Amino acid sequence: MNEKKSILNSNALYTLIAIAIGFLVGALFLLVAKINPIEAYTKLFTGVFSKPKFVVWAVIYASPLIFTGLSVAFSFKTGVFNIGAEGQFVVGTLAAAVVGIMVDVPAVIHIPLCILAAAAAGSIWGSVVGFLKVKKGINEVLLFIMFNWIAFYLSNYVVNLEVIHKEGGGEATKDVLESAKILLPQSVRQLTGCSNVNFGIFLAIIAAVVIWFLINKTTIGYQLRAVGFNRNAAEYGGINANRAVMTAMAISGGLAGLGGAVQLLGMSMRVSQFATQESYGFQGITVALIAGSNPIGCIFSGLFYGAMKYGGSKLSLINAPSEVVDIIMGTIILFIAVSHVFKKLALKGKRG
Amino acid sequence: MNTIIKDLGLLINATLVATPPLLYAALGSCFSERSGVVNIGIEGMMTIGAFTGAAVALFTGNGWFAFFCGGLAGALFGLIHAIACVTFGADQTISGTAINFLAPGLAVFLCKAMFDNSTDTPPIDTASKLPKLLDGVFPVGSFANNVFSTYVPAYLCFVLVLVVWFVFYKTRFGLRLRAVGEHPQACDTLGINVFRIRYICVILSGFLSGLGGAYVTLATINQFRPIVIVGQGFIAIAAVIFGKFTPQGAMKACLLFGLCSGLKVMAGSGNTISPNLISMIPYVVTIITLVLFVGRGRVPAANGKPYVKSK
Repeated sequence: MNEKKSILNSNALYTLIAIAIGFLVGALFLLVAKINPIEAYTKLFTGVFSKPKFVVWAVIYASPLIFTGLSVAFSFKTGVFNIGAEGQFVVGTLAAAVVGIMVDVPAVIHIPLCILAAAAAGSIWGSVVGFLKVKKGINEVLLFIMFNWIAFYLSNYVVNLEVIHKEGGGEATKDVLESAKILLPQSVRQLTGCSNVNFGIFLAIIAAVVIWFLINKTTIGYQLRAVGFNRNAAEYGGINANRAVMTAMAISGGLAGLGGAVQLLGMSMRVSQFATQESYGFQGITVALIAGSNPIGCIFSGLFYGAMKYGGSKLSLINAPSEVVDIIMGTIILFIAVSHVFKKLALKGKRG
Repeated sequence: MNTIIKDLGLLINATLVATPPLLYAALGSCFSERSGVVNIGIEGMMTIGAFTGAAVALFTGNGWFAFFCGGLAGALFGLIHAIACVTFGADQTISGTAINFLAPGLAVFLCKAMFDNSTDTPPIDTASKLPKLLDGVFPVGSFANNVFSTYVPAYLCFVLVLVVWFVFYKTRFGLRLRAVGEHPQACDTLGINVFRIRYICVILSGFLSGLGGAYVTLATINQFRPIVIVGQGFIAIAAVIFGKFTPQGAMKACLLFGLCSGLKVMAGSGNTISPNLISMIPYVVTIITLVLFVGRGRVPAANGKPYVKSK
C-alpha cells in the first residue's frame, strides 16, 4: 500500500499524464484540421529519430532550452517566478554578439569572454528586477514582463546600429568571428553530417550538475530553498531573505544569459531583428515545469522540448502546421499547473 | 500654421488608431485584476481575437459580427483561464503563460489549416471591415477627417470606459468585484459567491481582449499575421498598472502609450529617433511609475492568490 501511495504522490506520474493529454489535445486539433494525427506524430518522431544527424540537431535545439529551463527552475526553488528569462536570454545573446563581433582575440580567450559577457548581461538584467522587488516591493512578474520587452527593442536597436549591422542590407548583425564560435572540430561535424554541432550541450549538462549541487549541497542553496519554502520562517532562522532573492535572481538571469550565448555561438551566429519574441525564455518555463524544477530533470525535459521543436519543424513537409507543438506544450503547462488538485484528490481517495 | 494643424490631425489620427486595441484589452485586464485574478494571458487572447475577427470577416463579410466573434474567441480562453485559476487554484502566472502558448499557437495553426498553409490570412476588403464614423463627410486628409472619421469602435471604447467606470463604482456588482479582489474570505462570509464573480470577470477580460485583438485586424490593418499583436497585450497590462487599476486611469495610460505609437508612425517618415527606442517608452514609463509612485499596497490585495473556500 505504501508503494501505491508513493506513485500517486510522485509528480512524475502527473507530468506524464499531462504530456499524454497534451498530445491528445494536439491530435484533436489535427483532426479538426483534417490531418491524420498518427501520420503527423509519426513524422514528428521519425523527423527526430530516423537519422543520427537528426538526433544531433534535436540536441542542438535543446541546449539553450536546458539553460533557460535551469534558469526558471532555479528561480522556482527560491519562490520567485522568473518569467523574465526571455529578456535575460535576449540580452545574453546580444552581449555575446557584441563581444563576438567587436573583439578580436584568439579562441581560447574569445569564447570564454563571450560566454562571460552573456552571463553577466543576463545576470544584471535579472538583478535589476531582484533589486526593485526587494527594495521597492514591486511585483516581479510585472517587472520581468516589462524588462522582456525592453530587451526585445534594445536588441532590435543594437542590431540596426551601423557598427554591428551586416553590410549590404539584411536585418541582422554581422556573423560572430570564427574564434568565438563554439563548434566542435571539423572532423566531428563531418562525421555527424551536421554543420552546427557544438559543445553547448556539454555546457548545459555541466550547468545542470552545478546548479543541482548548488541547490542541494551548499549553504547558499539551503538558504535559497528555505526562503522559497517559507520566507518568514527563513528570516526568523537568521537568513537574509532579501539577499537570497537577489542572489537567486542574479544566478537565474546568468543562466538564461548563458543560454543566449550557446544559441548564438553554436547555432545562429548572428542576431537577427525580431518580429516577435523568440520565446526561448517562455519555453524554459515549460522545461522547468516538466522537470518539476529539478535541475537534472531539466536536461531531459530540455531534450524533450528540443526534439519537439526540431521534429515540429519537419511537419511542414506533410503540410501539417508546426504550431501544433505550441498547442501541445501549452496544454502540458496548463495541466501541470492544475495537477496538484488531482494529486490531492487521488491521495484523498486512497485514504478515504 | 496649416501644416501644424494638419500634422496634429495626423498625430491624433495615429493615436486614435493605436489606442483602442490597448484600451479594450486594458479594460478587460481591469476586470480580471480587480477581482483578484492576474491575467497575463491577455496577449494570447488578443491574438486569437485578431485571427477570429479576420477569419469571420473573410467568410461572412460582416465586420461587426466578426468583431463580436473575436471577442467570443478571447472569452473562450478567458473561460479556460478561469477554470484553471478559480476552480482548480492553479498558479495564475503559469496558467497565463500556458494561454500565451496555446492561443497564438492555435491562431496560426487554424490560419494554416484554413488558408492554404499560410501564416497570413488574405486581405479583408474594406466593405467587410469595421465601418468608419461619418465616412466621406469631410474631405480626405483634412483635420476633421483625421480626427472625427476613423473606425467607429475607436470612439466606442471611450464610451466603454464610462460604462466600466459606472459598473465598477456605481453598481452592486462593481462593489462586489472590487471587494472580492481585496478580501475574498470576508466576501464569502457575507454570502457573495467569490467564484462566480471571478468567473464573470476573467471571461469578460478575455472578451474585451478579444475585441481589442479583432480591432487590429478589422480596422488598423486588414489581415491577420502572426505578428499583429506583438506586445500590445503586455502594454495593456502595463497601462492598467500605470493607471492604478482603475478604468479611467487605464484610459489615460492607453492614450499616452497610443500617442507613443502615433509618434513612432510620425517619426518613421523622418529618421531622427529610432522607432525601437520609442517602442520602449511604455515599458520604461511603467517601470519608472512603479518605482516612483505606485510601490507597495496599490495592487488589489488578493491579486494572484487562488481562493480556497475552506481555508
